[in-house]
Amino acid sequence: MVEAVVFGVAAVIILGGAVGVVVNRNAVHAALSLVATLFGIAVLFVAQEANFLAAVQVIVYAGAIVVLFLFVIMLLGVDTSENLDTDPLVGQRPAAVVVSLLTAAGLIAVVVTSTVTGIPAASARWVRDGDDISQIGRLLFTDYLFAFEITSLLLVIAVVGAVLLARTKPGDQIDEDEDVPELHSDEVPVDDAAEEEEAKS
Amino acid sequence: MLLAAVSSGWYLSLAALLFSIGALGVMVRRNPLVMFMCVELMLNAVNLTFVTFARELDDVGGQVVVFFVLVVAAAEVVIGLGIIVSILRRRPLATADDVSLLRG
Repeated sequence: MVEAVVFGVAAVIILGGAVGVVVNRNAVHAALSLVATLFGIAVLFVAQEANFLAAVQVIVYAGAIVVLFLFVIMLLGVDTSENLDTDPLVGQRPAAVVVSLLTAAGLIAVVVTSTVTGIPAASARWVRDGDDISQIGRLLFTDYLFAFEITSLLLVIAVVGAVLLARTKPGDQIDEDEDVPELHSDEVPVDDAAEEEEAKS
Repeated sequence: MLLAAVSSGWYLSLAALLFSIGALGVMVRRNPLVMFMCVELMLNAVNLTFVTFARELDDVGGQVVVFFVLVVAAAEVVIGLGIIVSILRRRPLATADDVSLLRG
C-alpha cells in the first residue's frame, strides 16, 4: 500500500517533469523540470531498496549534471525563449509524435505480454540487508574490474577533451553574411606562444 | 516492508513512457541544450529499468550497470556541453539545424 502511493506520486512527478522538459520554451525552465524528474527517479530507486544508487542519482545528476546545464545556459545567455510555433520541417512534429507513441505502445506491449526469465545470480546475489554499497563495491572490483578501469580511462579522456574544447581562440563568425547577434564579452585570452605559431604558419 | 506491493510491470511501463517522452523531445526540439536534457531523460528511463530488473532477479549486477551508465552520462554531458559552448560562442542562438555541416 505504501509503495503504491509512493509509486503513484513519483510517477506523476517523473512524467510531469519529463513533459515539462519537452514542452518548455525556456531552457532554464526545462532544466528545472529535469531536476523534478531526476528526484522522482531517485525516489523510485529508494522504493526498490537501491539506496546507494538513489544517493548517487541525486548527487551526480541533480547536483552536478543539471548544475552544469544551468551554468552553460547562463554562460551563453541562451535563456531566451525558443520559437516552438513554427515547424521548420513540415510534418516532422506529427511524425515525431506518432513515432514516440508507437515506441511507448511497443515497449509497454512487451512489458505486459512477457514474463521475466533468467537464472537467479549465483555470484552477484543481492542480499537485502541494507548494505548494498559493499555488495556493489565487491562486484565492481571483481566481475566488472575491466569495465571499471575503462571507465577511469573514459573520465580522463573527458576531462582532457573538455579542457581542449574550452580553450578555443576567438575566430571569425561563420556565415558572416547572416545577421548574428553578438555575445557580450566572451573573449578568450590567447597565450603568446600559440599566436606566434599561428603567425609562422 | 515496502517490497512487492507494486509489481515490476508498473516500473517498466513507467520507464517505457519516460523513454518515449525523451525520444519525442530529441526529435521535436531544436535547441541543442534541450535535446541533451531529453537524452538524459532516456538514460534515466534505462536506469530505472535496470534497477527494476535487479530487484526482480535479485542481482546486484543491474545496479552496477546503472553505476556505469551514470559515469558515461557524466562524461557525455561534459564533452557535449563543451562542444555546444564552442559552437554557440561563434554562433549564438544556433539550432541543431544550423550545425548540420559539422563545420566551424
